[in-house]
Amino acid sequence: MSRVIVVTSGKGGVGKTTTSASISTALALKGNKVAVIDFDVGLRNLDLIMGVERRVVYDFVNVVQGEATLKQALIKDKRVEGLYILAASQTRDKDALTLEGVEKVIEELKADGFDYIICDSPAGIEKGAQLALYFADEAIVVTNPEVSSVRDSDRILGILQAKSRRAEKGEDPVVEHLVLTRYNPSRVNAGEMLSHDDVIDLLSIKLLGVVPESQEVLNASNSGEPVVLNDNSDAAQAYLDIVERFLGEEKEHRFLTEEKKGFLNKLFGKK
Amino acid sequence: MALLDYLLGQRKKKSANLAKDRLQILLAHERTEAKAPDYLPKMRDEILQVIAKYVEIDQDQLKISIDEENGFEVLELNLVLPEDK
Repeated sequence: MSRVIVVTSGKGGVGKTTTSASISTALALKGNKVAVIDFDVGLRNLDLIMGVERRVVYDFVNVVQGEATLKQALIKDKRVEGLYILAASQTRDKDALTLEGVEKVIEELKADGFDYIICDSPAGIEKGAQLALYFADEAIVVTNPEVSSVRDSDRILGILQAKSRRAEKGEDPVVEHLVLTRYNPSRVNAGEMLSHDDVIDLLSIKLLGVVPESQEVLNASNSGEPVVLNDNSDAAQAYLDIVERFLGEEKEHRFLTEEKKGFLNKLFGKK
Repeated sequence: MALLDYLLGQRKKKSANLAKDRLQILLAHERTEAKAPDYLPKMRDEILQVIAKYVEIDQDQLKISIDEENGFEVLELNLVLPEDK
């Protein structure tokens, strides 16, 4: 059975596309057939983060408008078996997507035997973001431990609970997961950053995982490779944990505490 | 010195706590606002028109909200009447 997952946040720049890329890649690594769709029409970026920007011939809008088949537009990833990318259009305006068109594409992907359909939402709460979340069975809400991001996440949770298809049809609600990114445990310890418990408390939502602030995320996007493929980095480990938890494994949360300093270091050391 | 910072730091409130306190108040407020029915602003205007027939009031003096208390939805109207001259 296919599951539709929206990766959303309200606020921009918190790591939606990075998260979409790594989660879809890791789900495919686990043997699933995965399609990841960029809903950010006019400002596409998923293709760049996934390193397939030069292979885009047809895009999501072409398929919605019947100018290309889904098969022509899906870009098959060369690194990971079973991973497909559907790029957003760079030229059309954002009204090019329609509810019926999006539904048709999602139904076709389901019929093609895709296990997971990941919808990478644009920032904001306008039409594009609402279309990305409308058909979702599950939502991954990407949040930074920072006031404006938490506020916007709360807003998007309200929209999921009121305006998704599941909400409108009175079905079981969309399953909500929190992914906390750009987490800096030493700043949390210093009382300068909201802790994971604070954010869980504020949003009343289950934590799927914490991704520590990491240099590797920029390195990965520079080279067009989802960060999860860089085995040595903390961010990759964090995303692998996240996907394993998503698939039902019990895994203890990591990256919540800073590396231990010696006692003397703590007393007299530099901050 | 880290030890001194630690001891002094206890006295003033950490910014993360401040962030949490502010968000708690804000989110509670915004959630009730988001849940308010669409007809609320229009209803408010019409109620104001009726009241204005009888008393002279300031447009901003009428506060209207819908809250949930003990499983009941409560429509709350709050109007400050002008002082008699």
